[in-house]
Amino acid sequence: MTDVTAMTATQIAGLVATGAASAVEVTQAHLDRIAAVDGRVNAFLHVDTEGALAAARDIDARRAAGEELGPLAGVPVAVKDVLTTKGVPTTVGSKILEGWRPPYDSTIVERLRAAGTVMLGKTNMDEFAMGSSTEYSAYGPSRNPWDTDRIPGGSGGGSAAALAAYEAPLAIGSDTGGSIRQPGAVTGTVGAKPTYGGTSRYGLVAFSSSLDTPGPCARTVLDAALLHAAIGGHDPRDSTSIPAPVPDVVAAAKLGATGDLSGVRLGIVTEFGGEGAEPGVMATFREAVDTLTKLGAEIVEISCPHFRYALPAYYLIAPSECSSNLARFDGVRFGLRTGDDGNRSLEEVMSLTREAGFGPEVKRRIMLGTYALSSGYYDAYYGQAQKVRTLITRDFTAAFERVDALISPTTPFVAFPLGARTSDPYQMYLADLFTIPSNLYGGPGISVPCGLSEGLPVGLQVMAPTMADDRMYRVAAALESAVGTFTPPAL
Amino acid sequence: MAAISREEVAHLARLSRLAVTEEELDTFAGQLDVILQAVAQVGEVAAADIPPTSHSVPLTNVLREDVVTPCLTPEEALSGAPDAEEQRFRVPRILDEDVAS
Repeated sequence: MTDVTAMTATQIAGLVATGAASAVEVTQAHLDRIAAVDGRVNAFLHVDTEGALAAARDIDARRAAGEELGPLAGVPVAVKDVLTTKGVPTTVGSKILEGWRPPYDSTIVERLRAAGTVMLGKTNMDEFAMGSSTEYSAYGPSRNPWDTDRIPGGSGGGSAAALAAYEAPLAIGSDTGGSIRQPGAVTGTVGAKPTYGGTSRYGLVAFSSSLDTPGPCARTVLDAALLHAAIGGHDPRDSTSIPAPVPDVVAAAKLGATGDLSGVRLGIVTEFGGEGAEPGVMATFREAVDTLTKLGAEIVEISCPHFRYALPAYYLIAPSECSSNLARFDGVRFGLRTGDDGNRSLEEVMSLTREAGFGPEVKRRIMLGTYALSSGYYDAYYGQAQKVRTLITRDFTAAFERVDALISPTTPFVAFPLGARTSDPYQMYLADLFTIPSNLYGGPGISVPCGLSEGLPVGLQVMAPTMADDRMYRVAAALESAVGTFTPPAL
Repeated sequence: MAAISREEVAHLARLSRLAVTEEELDTFAGQLDVILQAVAQVGEVAAADIPPTSHSVPLTNVLREDVVTPCLTPEEALSGAPDAEEQRFRVPRILDEDVAS
């Protein structure tokens, strides 16, 4: 049998469905790959060897019994450590939850199991999903398989690195300001942020509840679409879940793969015209635009005048919600408690616990949010940011009256060296310059590899209207059919 | 002029229940100042008559039938607690001793 770790999820599912390979064989091959390379990549915080093999044996038994299995049955998947997994450690990349084993599964993990996928383990991330490099993980950074001295993106850098290192064919991420798309871009993999409310937040450890969106990561657009279809859809346990079916993203990916985009109108955002972006990234993006034109797409330029305020608005809204959400880490119900010597008060123990359990970026954002929400500053900061959010939404709505989707580079720069942006937090924030607008608006976005700049991957982002996730898959799959997929040098 | 002083950061840390060190205060004061000056750009937008957006999807109350559904047992709910006693979360003292006595 050829090396299954080099295969797509679609190919693996085909092998398992026909009996050419067992789910156990496929799972063991990926566990072996993790054992061989993860010392250099650090994509995983926890590898659930026993759980994965048990799940794989269950799939093989059900197949042997003649049971009808789903399109991803027997395919291994890596899950970002932001989602609860019953009995399996969930840290959110933080010391404050070190050793915590949740008593329940998140909806996404439940649906992964129902789809017959095999969870390999939990992937590394910036603490509480706050960061763009995994350098804010309390457990050390993950490394980019393209160059292990460089960042794999963040916050979901572990999931993206696991894909690029062939440790898993599928992975789950979560995207609050770009945490699926930016790691996808810098590792040469595919990452999709669904429409907000299109995937359930039940069991997703909350960072910014009006923005947090779990979603699929893969090495091909079709694989991402299959995973999206498996995890998406209404969940009564999430009050912001949209009670409507997931758009047919799999059909859209297959349609796009024919390489025909005639009749599709795409808009290039004028405000993303190069300011703050590396010349090599812009050059690669422009070549991809030429490719899309050759595939039949009509390209127009569209001004979205308020997009330049998306980053500042985001860094008021997200920290404000974070300061409220992270109040639950109080050393009482779960996780770390420190300084409880029998004499100190609850409040003192709480302050010592949070000081010891949170890392610097989380502390900065909690304090920033506390500031933006305090009386006297509320209107000028949080209130004003919410109004800017309305204007950004109006920019999107106006743009989608003229075009089917918007396109841009996913990130302003290729993977940067470890340590290059940690001393100045605002420099790290700039990594999400092009991804944040979709989060504020709530619409879907996907990053698909479009080429290399100085030997490192560049991603193209497709942004679509809310609940039109299928459109971005069509465009992304068409581009992929023309430019191919990108494989990093051997580790 | 700095957007935020070291004293203000110390106050924020107290409100946030973070027992930060003196050294952290020095670092955070400088960093938060840079971030606040950058995010203050939202003030450039003329938005006096613009309604705020809190969520991208219209929020309505989600109701369901009042029927019992499976939930965590007390043991499961307490399984991650740093301290528990008699099926309850055990906390450090809340009242001052002179008040409690």
